[in-house]
Amino acid sequence: MSTTPLKLYQVGTFAAGNRLLDPDERTVQSSTQRASSITSGHRACRGCGEALAARVVMDAAMRAAGGRLVTVNATGCLEVFSTPFPESAWQVPWLHSLFGNAAAVASGVAAAMRATGRDDVRVLAQAGDGGTVDIGLGCLSGMFERNDDVLFVCYDNQGYMNTGVQRSGATPAGASTANTRPMGAGIGNAFGTGKSLPRIAMAHEIPYVATATIADLHDLEAKVEAAMALHGARYLHVLVPCPLGWGSDPSDTVRVARLATQSGLFPVFEAEHGTVTRVARIRRRVPVEEYLRLQARFRHLFGEPGRPDVVAALQAQADRDIARFGLDPEEES
Amino acid sequence: MKLDVRIHGRGGQGVVTAAELLSVAAFEQGLHAQALPSFGSERTGAPVTASCRISDLPIRSHDPISQPDLLVVQDLTLLRDPVVMAGLPEDGTVVVNTNRDLADLVHGGLVVGPAQRWVTIPANDLSRQLLGRPVPNTALVGAVAGMTDLLSPEAVATAIRRRFAGLGEEIAEANVRLAEQARDLVMTTTAGGDVRC
Amino acid sequence: MLRQVEGSRAVAETVARCRPHVVAAYPISPQTHIVEALSELVGSGDLTACEYLTVESEFGALSACIGASAAGARAYTATASQGILFMAEALPNASGLGLPMVMTVANRALGAPINIWNDHSDALSQRDAGWLMLFASSNQEAVDLHVQAFALAERLSLPVMVCMDGFVLTHAVEEIDVPGQDEVDAFLPPFRARQWLDPDEPVTIGAMVGPEAFTEVKYLMAHRQLRALDDVSQVARDFAAAFGRDSGGLLRPYRTADADVVVVALGSVLGSLADVVDELRDEGLAVGALGVTCYRPWPLDEVRRALREVPRVVVLNRAFAVGSGSILGQDVRLSVPAATKVHDVVLGLGGRPLTHDVLRRLVLDVVAGQVGSDTLTFYDLDHQRVATELARELADVPSAGGAS
Repeated sequence: MSTTPLKLYQVGTFAAGNRLLDPDERTVQSSTQRASSITSGHRACRGCGEALAARVVMDAAMRAAGGRLVTVNATGCLEVFSTPFPESAWQVPWLHSLFGNAAAVASGVAAAMRATGRDDVRVLAQAGDGGTVDIGLGCLSGMFERNDDVLFVCYDNQGYMNTGVQRSGATPAGASTANTRPMGAGIGNAFGTGKSLPRIAMAHEIPYVATATIADLHDLEAKVEAAMALHGARYLHVLVPCPLGWGSDPSDTVRVARLATQSGLFPVFEAEHGTVTRVARIRRRVPVEEYLRLQARFRHLFGEPGRPDVVAALQAQADRDIARFGLDPEEES
Repeated sequence: MKLDVRIHGRGGQGVVTAAELLSVAAFEQGLHAQALPSFGSERTGAPVTASCRISDLPIRSHDPISQPDLLVVQDLTLLRDPVVMAGLPEDGTVVVNTNRDLADLVHGGLVVGPAQRWVTIPANDLSRQLLGRPVPNTALVGAVAGMTDLLSPEAVATAIRRRFAGLGEEIAEANVRLAEQARDLVMTTTAGGDVRC
Repeated sequence: MLRQVEGSRAVAETVARCRPHVVAAYPISPQTHIVEALSELVGSGDLTACEYLTVESEFGALSACIGASAAGARAYTATASQGILFMAEALPNASGLGLPMVMTVANRALGAPINIWNDHSDALSQRDAGWLMLFASSNQEAVDLHVQAFALAERLSLPVMVCMDGFVLTHAVEEIDVPGQDEVDAFLPPFRARQWLDPDEPVTIGAMVGPEAFTEVKYLMAHRQLRALDDVSQVARDFAAAFGRDSGGLLRPYRTADADVVVVALGSVLGSLADVVDELRDEGLAVGALGVTCYRPWPLDEVRRALREVPRVVVLNRAFAVGSGSILGQDVRLSVPAATKVHDVVLGLGGRPLTHDVLRRLVLDVVAGQVGSDTLTFYDLDHQRVATELARELADVPSAGGAS
């Protein structure tokens, strides 16, 4: 019988499957007893950040719910790659209705469970950034404001990847997408004012809001657990790199996610009832350029002549958020 | 037997409630009835119309009343609008909320058909005395009951008590007395014979 | 018990007696009195084990019902006009997923121009959404149809729309027998979903279906819709046996036997039509009326049978397809022999009253040959006003060279 030597790339990371850790510090994913809410064999692209995040989120939620979990899924990559009829990757009760209504459908499921005396069944809604920050925002805001007992998870890959990589309200400035190509003097996606759904969620003063990335699966699981320990409307925003849409190497998915946090472009924090309660400080701060350079969607910002002004503006955004959330490693004593 | 009543008033005067009260009183009396508000996006003070059909046969139609047997005018100023009098037959009946008497109105230019029955009733004044504010609808319902022999005071009282149950007994009973006063007043006036011109 | 009560209130009480688990409410005239009354019934404890969700839009309302129904709960909502259009994306979703639920549509015109009054443009615009569509001819029937609608929805695992004329029925106060709780409980068994989001037996609902199976799925949907015709009839018969009155079913013929002219219509105008039919029959005219209670699925065979011997059919359209023609009239044309004269008439749009006089004149004009049978006739049109406006528009046409 042949053996597979342990791959040392896991050492020193908190990534899935790190068997060098003590059992109680391992991720749910490293356990052979994990729920496997999403089975293998689905049709996600290689290196898909969303597939990884959804698996970790669902398994953690299943564990927290004691297996009594129902999930509602907005239209999007996750929905499409997991349920090509007659196949389904879902081992949990799963409902897909439309693109923009996952929050309202989940509210209905939660109401149904309450009204029929099955309060033990927990409800988790999932959507991409389009289904969350754009077309789904009305329903989501309603779910927040009513404080319906739903955990809503946004897998943010910063664009409409399922339809061929168009911009969404979550696409960063300067990114080239299928409908924001840098033509002529254009920079790609224009600088707007941006839309921070976590902060919009916080403005609803719901019990729990958190952000996470697939670069730190322990943190992601801990946040799912924290959210599942509470009732009412909860929101988890997970950054999930998309190799297809971002033009990053599939093997770099976790790395790109980590650089998003370490550059300050994606602040990782938790908030309760509208107030930030905990932030993940940056361990080794990097310039945004290090993050941007790994992605073809920002390629036009570099080289000759490049757009150092745009890179500087993005750096300013990162600096602003580092200050706003207190992410600076220097401040750690 | 049938009586088609159309009520004209202004938003806030309880026009729709008046039609409902008439219909409930008729129902209590063992008759068939239907109250139909002609709702718009009217705000307080805007002209509002409601209809009430009363019949000893089941009522099938749901169209607004275009040829009323009896008109209730809750606000004298509405008489300037030709829509208010539209469809009233030559022998129709009109109940007007005003503290002026009919001769005064005719003197002021009101045209009254020779076979029509008109009665004026100071419903706002009566309401002010009993309720402390001018809400003329229950008084006018009482007046309509007095002008016709269809609705007993008991049926009107039952309708009012049911409708105003949520506002407390005091208000409900004050409205019952208001309707009864108006009814008595109209019947006295009618007996005096000065409503027919 | 027979009571003098507002149509909306009676419908709300009836819905409450059907024991919905989830009621999703968003205000739009003229439907609001129904959901207001339901909030009272939940608040007062008359309706228990019910979650009353005040959602942020009609799209949210129907979506919440989709979630609730998929979770095995009895779901209800109500809407009208722009509201049903705002739901439009979710309507075929509910039917496509085979989720039973009941929705009241308090029929109202569609804008622009904005108009809050009654016609059938709202419901008919969604006629192909895969919902059963039942039209109430009176408030009593509206009440009864709601009880039947829950039974039908759950028997077929399909959503059902109960259409009642906005204001004309919803705001009318009249004598209505609101079924008692025991009666409804005996008629309507507790909801048992065909499939639901059960953690013990996980199902995937709403998977993507490609070209290899999509046609078959749609065919099966259509098949179930057509089968529903039998169920609509059966549930109406069961209802008559249990409640002692005729309500619902496919069609509501009135004195159509030996009629030379039959007027086909949806909704509350049937009452006034019956009065007109009686009057004209007394005057020696062989006139009848045919109410279509079940508009979707379309009872083709039954309409065909009802109108087979009728030489002249008048279709009273309270909505039309802009740039094409009538809607109800097209369904009727498909159901009558080619020789039948179908007088397709639009009237009563946006709250223009369908009075006894208008209806009487319409029938007399048809009999006198003054209403065509080859084009759509706008019967209660103010021709003078239209002619003036058309003349003005023609005068305003810019010259061929455009602006110079």
